[in-house]
Amino acid sequence: MKVGLFIPCFMNELYPNSSMATLKLLKKFNMDVEYPMDQTCCGQPMANSGCSKDMKTLALRFVEIFKKYDYIVAPTGSCVTMVKDHYEAFFDEDDKDYNKVKTSIYEVCEFLHDIIKVEKIDSYFPHKVGVHNSCHGHRGLKLGSASELNIPKNNKLKNLLNLVEGIEIVELNREDECCGFGGTFAITEEDISVAMGKDRIKDHIDSNVEIMTGADMSCLMHMQGLINRENKPLKVMHITEILAGKVQL
Amino acid sequence: MSILHNHPAKAKEFVANDERMHWHDQALWFVREKRDRISKTIPEWETLRKYADQIKSHTMANLDKYLLEFEKNANAKGIKVHFAKDAQEHNEIVHRILSENNVKKVVKSKSMLTEECHLNPYLESKGMEVVDTDLGERIVQLRNEPPSHIVLPAIHLKKQDVSDTFHKEMGTEKGNYDPTYLTRAAREDLRQKFLDADAGITGVNFAIANTGGVVVCTNEGNADMGASLPKLHIACMGIEKVIPRLQDLSVFTRLLARSATGQAITSYTSHFHGPVEGGQMHIVIVDNKRTPFLQSESYKKALNCIRCGACMNTCPIYRRSGGHSYDYVIPGPIGSTLGTFRDPKKHKTLSFACTLCGSCTNVCPVKIDLDSQLYTHRQDLREMNIISNQKRLSMQFASWLMSKPALFDFAGKIARKVVPNLPKFMIYNRFNVWGKQRDLPDMPKKSFKELYKEEFGNDK
Ligand code: SF4
Repeated sequence: MKVGLFIPCFMNELYPNSSMATLKLLKKFNMDVEYPMDQTCCGQPMANSGCSKDMKTLALRFVEIFKKYDYIVAPTGSCVTMVKDHYEAFFDEDDKDYNKVKTSIYEVCEFLHDIIKVEKIDSYFPHKVGVHNSCHGHRGLKLGSASELNIPKNNKLKNLLNLVEGIEIVELNREDECCGFGGTFAITEEDISVAMGKDRIKDHIDSNVEIMTGADMSCLMHMQGLINRENKPLKVMHITEILAGKVQL
Repeated sequence: MSILHNHPAKAKEFVANDERMHWHDQALWFVREKRDRISKTIPEWETLRKYADQIKSHTMANLDKYLLEFEKNANAKGIKVHFAKDAQEHNEIVHRILSENNVKKVVKSKSMLTEECHLNPYLESKGMEVVDTDLGERIVQLRNEPPSHIVLPAIHLKKQDVSDTFHKEMGTEKGNYDPTYLTRAAREDLRQKFLDADAGITGVNFAIANTGGVVVCTNEGNADMGASLPKLHIACMGIEKVIPRLQDLSVFTRLLARSATGQAITSYTSHFHGPVEGGQMHIVIVDNKRTPFLQSESYKKALNCIRCGACMNTCPIYRRSGGHSYDYVIPGPIGSTLGTFRDPKKHKTLSFACTLCGSCTNVCPVKIDLDSQLYTHRQDLREMNIISNQKRLSMQFASWLMSKPALFDFAGKIARKVVPNLPKFMIYNRFNVWGKQRDLPDMPKKSFKELYKEEFGNDK
């Protein structure tokens, strides 16, 4: 089983450690992982700004690069949603390559939970952790049941974190409120974006969380920026860093 | 600022008052939580939503048939049905009926449609007095403001604001903020208006094709007062309000109040199937730019909306920017898609006033695909060349750069080298919107790709 690792462009540049944790995590479960060197960006920032036409080449490149893998795994719910939901416009309905990519791409937690079905994770993390359910993963990929829906409660991120020794997962007041990142929304609607992020941070602090985690580094980056600016007593970590245990390079 | 509407600017104003913004957010979140709780007491909730979606979509696909059926059955009940193509014609028809009956004073209840058609100023310009009788709507009417929410029109106001308004307009005691006192005063004032009125205008929640009657849902009972006390009742509705059968109504009444306010049912679900004794009942059915939706694959489901307001209550942006920031008769997610479709140029910022979190789509009782409609609007605005040149060019540049991996890697490498050594003022300045209130992430020494190469070689 060959797994193609997709690291979103900004994580490659800004979060090499979280990216490396993802790789190690997959290796920890004996996956045959490969990182295709030619990858760049899935095109989400462009598409979310209305410019999906302009990123057609990126969609075509993405499928070309990743079509040969049995699975494609990425540490980000929102880029996976992009490929799954919004690439359709660029391909014929029966395009074999795209349909393969679309059905074999997974967010890393989803992959561990649904495909490998991990039951044991050798990891220790004695901290109070708050899970930020980022919207694209949470509602888009259904990594957890959204609080609005009347369906059985489940949360793949929490199920995985519960396998970590010593961890205490804290309930938040608003379990799946948006953090206000929203890609270019963070810029075009700066004031609302910042207000939302601050509220999300406050919920974590009010709930005595030490570490905020999640499956989307972009949301975490937004909140980390706010935390650092105001020196708030809260740390941010991508979920793969917790699941991978101590990551040694 | 031009007449073009600008959500970010209006949102900025609302956010600036931190205390009020959070109060607004909390008030609406309270309603959403109530909705969550009560919707979970119904095991078949998600199935009900599916039925509602199917009934609505079926009706819209056969709208002509059901409207004619409705007209025929309504006529048989002694109701006069009028069709209007737009707001102007709607107002003219209403005015004609009123003046034919020598009406001077009108009481009105529950109608976003008349708000959309600007009926009040029209009738007032013809010398008539129009009084909105829903408490919230009365408050905003006295303040000369549009409603900021379709179910809770005065949710942007605190009781102090209401007290001040009532003091100024109705002479209530200054500084008396007691809600009971204020409600009583409003009720007394309204009671007289009801007694004096020559006609009552109401909205319509559902028009039932196979019975020819209309249903209005209220919590204050004022639609009943307005429709029963005067001898003349005019009900105004958009073409989309029709449902096929009486049986279908139960699906919607079970969903509507629970979605709107978290109540099991509205206090009054009133059926009007004919004029009061010796009186007249008219129904004005308006198109006003609705038919284009029927032809649009991407946006037609927006017409299925039953105006419960749940998408507003759950929307994290609406909660923090207030209804007036949308500058459209219907605010929130549904207003953003309706407004943008009707006038993309004027409302071009609305589909971007959204993080695409998807919560609205999940709460919507008729399962309108709100967040994907807003995503699609953005693509359409780009196609129509309505988004800013700056945005378009920077996205074109980004796409170009991203299709050249070597160049992109090189750019990243340079940035990681240069940025950490730049003086602060070069990074945090007015061109860097991100950095105004947020720190930038620390620049790592190496990218993941570089680390990967070092450790595993170039093994692709
Ligand atoms: S779009 Fe859906 S949730 Fe929003 S007001 Fe209409 S019916 Fe209610």
